[in-house]
Amino acid sequence: MSEQNPIQPVYLEILSKFGENLRLDDRPNYFGIIAQTEKILEVLTFIKDSLFYDFLSSVTAVDDFPEEKIEIIYHLYQSVGGVGIEIKVFVSREDSQVPSITHLYPGAELQEREIYDLFGVKFIDHPDLRRILLWEGFAGHPLRKDWTEPQYEEPAKPFKSRWPEGKGVLTESLNPYNDNVQYPRKFDPAKFEPDNEQTLYRKLQQKSNDTPNTLHTDQLIVNLGPQHPSTHGVFRMVAALEGETIVDLKPVIGYLHRNHEKIGERNTYLQIMPYTDRLDYLSSMNNSFGYAITIERMMGIQPAIRAEYIRIMMAELTRIASHIWSIGFLLNDLGAYFTPALYAMEERELILDIFEALAGSRMMCNYLRFGGVVRDINEEILKKVSDLVYNRLERKTDELDRYLTDNEIIRSRCEGVGILTSEQAIAYSVTGPLLRSSGVPYDIRRADPYGIYDQLEFDICTRQHGDVYDRYLIRLDEIRQSLRILKQVLTQIPEGPVMNGKVQYNVRVPAGEMYGRVEGPRGELGFYVVSDGKPNPKRFHVRAPSFVNITSLAEMCRGAKIADAVTILGSVDIVLGEVDR
Amino acid sequence: MKIIGAGVLKGLLVTLTHFFKTYTNDLQKRIKRVSKKELIQDRSSAQATGLFTIEYPEQQLVPPEEYRMIPFLVYEPSENGDRNYRCTACGICSKVCPTQCIWITRKKDEITGKPVAQSAEFYIDIDRCMNCGSCAEFCPFDAIKMDHDFEISTYQRGSTRIFTKERLGKSLDYYAKIRPENYRIEEAERKQKAG
Repeated sequence: MSEQNPIQPVYLEILSKFGENLRLDDRPNYFGIIAQTEKILEVLTFIKDSLFYDFLSSVTAVDDFPEEKIEIIYHLYQSVGGVGIEIKVFVSREDSQVPSITHLYPGAELQEREIYDLFGVKFIDHPDLRRILLWEGFAGHPLRKDWTEPQYEEPAKPFKSRWPEGKGVLTESLNPYNDNVQYPRKFDPAKFEPDNEQTLYRKLQQKSNDTPNTLHTDQLIVNLGPQHPSTHGVFRMVAALEGETIVDLKPVIGYLHRNHEKIGERNTYLQIMPYTDRLDYLSSMNNSFGYAITIERMMGIQPAIRAEYIRIMMAELTRIASHIWSIGFLLNDLGAYFTPALYAMEERELILDIFEALAGSRMMCNYLRFGGVVRDINEEILKKVSDLVYNRLERKTDELDRYLTDNEIIRSRCEGVGILTSEQAIAYSVTGPLLRSSGVPYDIRRADPYGIYDQLEFDICTRQHGDVYDRYLIRLDEIRQSLRILKQVLTQIPEGPVMNGKVQYNVRVPAGEMYGRVEGPRGELGFYVVSDGKPNPKRFHVRAPSFVNITSLAEMCRGAKIADAVTILGSVDIVLGEVDR
Repeated sequence: MKIIGAGVLKGLLVTLTHFFKTYTNDLQKRIKRVSKKELIQDRSSAQATGLFTIEYPEQQLVPPEEYRMIPFLVYEPSENGDRNYRCTACGICSKVCPTQCIWITRKKDEITGKPVAQSAEFYIDIDRCMNCGSCAEFCPFDAIKMDHDFEISTYQRGSTRIFTKERLGKSLDYYAKIRPENYRIEEAERKQKAG
């Protein structure tokens, strides 16, 4: 019970209920309660039903090698906003098993599969425990600390070979197959028998046999993707069809997987910054924002005031660019071939011009630093921004509204399609426009304010139907709110430095853990970082909004027609750089 | 009364306006005899209507000063035509590089064999470089800077894409040309330090 970890009253309530089975995590700069593995379901049921922490933000794990344990960490929040709670379970590395919580929080399904894939922790009673990001023949679990890749050089960057000896090597020459492909060391392609597809299809069949049928009909399994223009990247949907109706659907992901988190553990804190741009490449400024505030909280520093304003200006411009893009492409999915998408692109292009002039790159900005931003925004760029905000974007949003909203074809294709009720949305841990269009006014800018959002005036938009049409409308609403924020930022932005102190390339982050969240255009973007005082993090986890949002895809698609599946996916608005990480 | 199809027609009116604006806009520009440079500027401003694209490679957008492509090494030309690289082989760029695509060997004094503050070799694996600009940001000697030249595609991968010191070197004048504002500030600082 040090001064750094003040105990929240809610923790005391849980502790008094369960007594000796729980204990507080008393390591300095660590938070939360450690529960025994066999008690976890009981504890979480109590937290969900009696304390009303109905929203599971993230499930993740940390490997404590060389200690013989893996920590499973649950971050829970209330959907009405407020401080979260953190529950931990320790399992052994040898025989790691933990009860699955999918029946309490269905939103944990894909996240638990991810932990199984990358850490090798088995979740008992999980409905569909298969590898998710890696292929089924992959040897080992890469996020375990004792796992090394075939081209392994050193545990952390910077690699000593680069200077002063200068011994860089072509990555291709390190690979036994002399190509970009990696196989396990003793892998024999001739002997390999993939069984994953059959398991996947069986899982679909089992479900569909439950439906009562008077007339015997055959089911059809259709694979949509991975190479398909409607899937916004390399994403695959396996749908079981009864006629034209979808009975069950499973997303298959991981085609773009590069293990962002392992890369993060190898990099120094500053080196991670440009990598975060590549997560959700449509909202790079927002990703860096999330990462920067997480590390700033760990280091206990405050960014410069002017930098705070610039950050929010950039984050909101990103949100507009991303929403306008997703509106354009949603209509593309409906069949309004590319005209709305191209109109949307014009506006996005103008916003990216600003990023290019300010940060140096259109999409991979790398603009934020711990304690501020790289360079000051000059008058010329400020004028460009205010020109856009005051003279163009509002008009163009209205034009898009006039162009599409009343269109009868769009309305009949979108209204009542892919409905997600508010209870379902919260249960599936859905965030962002998807959650708000289901009638839940949950926005981290208000629920758990960061930056200077608490000083700005804006509304949380909600819609009540939770269908595709509402998701389209809510994005238009949010663009208007973003413009409102931008106008305030432009008038209030103070003069001053944009960086507290000098930018350090070797930052010292004190040992401890931190979970920082921001509201990205697609939902809650969380960064869970554990530091052990070294130049590189011990654990770097990204709670990607699109990845968690597609957990609800099957629920939305069930009962819909196969043609609507594409539209529903479009309305979720996934970015595969973030889903696959 | 609600007319079915009114919403579609209302939307199509927007498309029609866009379509006609491309012609009227073009005509206006021709009558006013707007120069090509102004035309490009106009099309990337908030007032842009009508045609939004330009015809690359005949017309080219001027990249903003802070635009960054792959790094280059700044050298100061000397009278005898040698390149005086500013790089001192301190290794900071290779340490901060997120992809570890820079590797440097230090030059050694020919007589004593002690390392001197110059690089013997300097390589950048361009295929791995992610154009983040960290090397230029943290270089204490203003020796490595980000280029504006984005037309660097080649037909082969592999060793041809590992740029040597010779290939990476660009003169100080070139740097002053692409980043005039940064150059001005840095030169003033250098003068202050020297004097």
